[in-house]
Amino acid sequence: MLSRTADHLFWMARYIERAENTARILDVNVQRSLLPQPLATIEAGWLGTLEMFELMPAFEKQHGSASSDAVLQFMIRDRTNPSSIVSCIYAARENARAVRGSLTTEVFETHNLTWLEIQRLLDERLPERDPGQFFDWVKFRSHLSRGVTIGTMLRDEALHFTRLGTFLERADNTARLLDVRFHGSRTAALSTARDDYYHWAAVLRSCSAFEIYRKAYSDVITPERVAELLILRSDMPRSLCASIDEVCTNLDLVGDERARETRRQAGLLRAELKYGRIEDILEGGLHAWLTVFLARVAALGLRIANDFLLPIEADLQVQSQ
Amino acid sequence: MKLTDYRLAKQAPDEMFLAPGQVHEHCQALYEWLQAQPADRLTQKRAEADLAFRRVGITFAVYGDDAGTERLIPFDMIPRVISAAEWARLETGLKQRVRALNHFLHDVYHDHEIIHAGVIPAAQVFGNAQYRPEMQGIALPGRVYCHVAGIDIVRAAAPDGGAPQFYVLEDNLRVPSGVSYMLENRKVMMRLFPDAFAGINVAPVAHYPDRLLENLRASAPAGIDSPTIVVMTPGMYNSAYFEHAFLAQQMGVELVEGQDLFVDDETVYMRTTRGRRRVDVIYRRVDDDYLDPLAFRPESTLGVPGLLSAYRAGRVSLANAIGTGIADDKSIYPYVPEMIRFYLGEEPVLQNVPTYQCRDPESLAYVLANLASLVVKEVHGAGGYGMLIGPTSTRDEIEQFAQRLRATPAAYIAQPTLALSTSPTYVESGVAPRHIDLRPYVLCGREISVVPGGLTRVALREGSLVVNSSQGGGTKDTWVLQEALPKER
Repeated sequence: MLSRTADHLFWMARYIERAENTARILDVNVQRSLLPQPLATIEAGWLGTLEMFELMPAFEKQHGSASSDAVLQFMIRDRTNPSSIVSCIYAARENARAVRGSLTTEVFETHNLTWLEIQRLLDERLPERDPGQFFDWVKFRSHLSRGVTIGTMLRDEALHFTRLGTFLERADNTARLLDVRFHGSRTAALSTARDDYYHWAAVLRSCSAFEIYRKAYSDVITPERVAELLILRSDMPRSLCASIDEVCTNLDLVGDERARETRRQAGLLRAELKYGRIEDILEGGLHAWLTVFLARVAALGLRIANDFLLPIEADLQVQSQ
Repeated sequence: MKLTDYRLAKQAPDEMFLAPGQVHEHCQALYEWLQAQPADRLTQKRAEADLAFRRVGITFAVYGDDAGTERLIPFDMIPRVISAAEWARLETGLKQRVRALNHFLHDVYHDHEIIHAGVIPAAQVFGNAQYRPEMQGIALPGRVYCHVAGIDIVRAAAPDGGAPQFYVLEDNLRVPSGVSYMLENRKVMMRLFPDAFAGINVAPVAHYPDRLLENLRASAPAGIDSPTIVVMTPGMYNSAYFEHAFLAQQMGVELVEGQDLFVDDETVYMRTTRGRRRVDVIYRRVDDDYLDPLAFRPESTLGVPGLLSAYRAGRVSLANAIGTGIADDKSIYPYVPEMIRFYLGEEPVLQNVPTYQCRDPESLAYVLANLASLVVKEVHGAGGYGMLIGPTSTRDEIEQFAQRLRATPAAYIAQPTLALSTSPTYVESGVAPRHIDLRPYVLCGREISVVPGGLTRVALREGSLVVNSSQGGGTKDTWVLQEALPKER
């Protein structure tokens, strides 16, 4: 298949997954901001979220204080912010449009309709009226596009590159979600045990993992166990371990000799997650560990681009191949 | 939907009505079906059609608008009907014309017989910007130049007051577009109104991509049994991108952009996830000028450096060939009837519109004196831009145009304003006559074939004669009727 086609499929999947996870992360914060607390704490929470998205500079250019309204508007409907939900959905649809010949009609129409619908929902001010319902809508559109992809596409490279995009993005996003607490902890001194419970419960809910947690541990919610569930449990579909496992599986399906080093790096990461212990991870601090993890995921993405897709740095080199 | 108060346009012939209240025989079945439809059913179906087109994403980008602005081409639900007998004649005429044009292209790029014979002046050919000296002497598989031709046809009253007849308005032999609308319009019509098709024998068109694929395979360089075929697009912001993607998908071939291809040792390859793969046939929807920055426009980023050399070496086939513009140029158009006589020894079945070449001083004088009744077009123009329609223009507009005409007369041709036929069309106030044209698609391979149908474009503004989508035109499904099949053996 064309490298450019694989590139568009990979990014189509990444963007819709990113839209979904952005909705999940914003949902956590909206829920958290509803608890009784000083305004400064709410603002600190939002600042933490923006830092996690690496969007502080862009946000500060346009807005003064990090009020809920300002952050939500920036992260949901601002077309100048390439990471806003509307931008992600547009990018997913444009990538789908660029390779519609390689997609089943249903996959393309799902992305196209998501784009048409979000414009209507934004016009109707659904995110302002009922953010929860809007976030649910985003999640379900993402579920649908994944389901249609698996349910209708030929089991060939096109599907494997699409899946690769989904899981690489998910690994990145879940790691960031876990990290929210630490970005927001500039005011950690203000936090109490009760806040802790609500924060981690919200993190679990945002990964659809609240019920799973109860089922898996039948115990009170502690940060250690939440981290274990979302990092190391291979049976938890949004965990880092499960995501990287899928990355490896799909890499093996498309990989040849050229991608040997990429597969080795991915396999190494998988092994660490598969056989790692949460005590060891927490020993050096969760934030530090997640920072390294995110860098490794980013490096993996770069390697995949250079092996199969449109090379990110070596554009000139290709001209002479 | 009652058509009883349908009021015919003055002067223009109508495709459904011979006279007020008198329906053409071949339209009778459609007329009765329309009459039987409750108005609210059609209104509801219209909304469904709109949604269907948006969901499929059949939109086009309008040049000059913000990048990425997408519009639907308005779709009119009342089909345009062509009788079996009329189609038979059209088909014969189209095949004849394209056969002659293809002969002409081969001749222009080889022996120049038609020029030596004095039928067409040498300056008209070799001095034309559309002539590509790079193509001189290049042998093409099957001698096919225009694999796909879109011939624009109008029906109009004869200028001498005779019965309405078909005229060829122009030939499109470069990268004619619109065929996806022919196919999608039919698909939508069949989904919305299965009952209409049950009672009327409409010839199917859905096999077009299959025919196209067959022709593309046949055009592969000699010795390649199972060619790799690609559709080449300028990219997703091109106004016809939907069509490029659609045809690639329908034929099951890759849709590529210039950046996906490269040339090595006079062979074209595409970059794939598993390394390079040879490409044998390129159905290109990129203009000649942008195909190869080494040969044509150096600033083009849409093309493939070295493509021309691979093509000239016979290592890859292009459809259509490079240089076909010399045959569909508006300054060559007046010679097409002569070409038919010269190459085929036949009388043309389809008539040209009488054309005045403004580079000729006598014609120029006539045109300047009669601007108010003429249509004047740029020789190299397309898309309905840069033209003057005398009867609907103001005195100022005519005067301004006359100045441009005097400055560069050779850049213009003029034709009498034809009273294009009208077709009943769904408008705000009900159903009213609107002017239409027709673009059938002629495929040229081992045989020449025409899928029974085409793209009918309709000028939605009252009285307008400009059907181009960029100028507010819409489309209709085109029904070519088949002779009724015998009911029982």
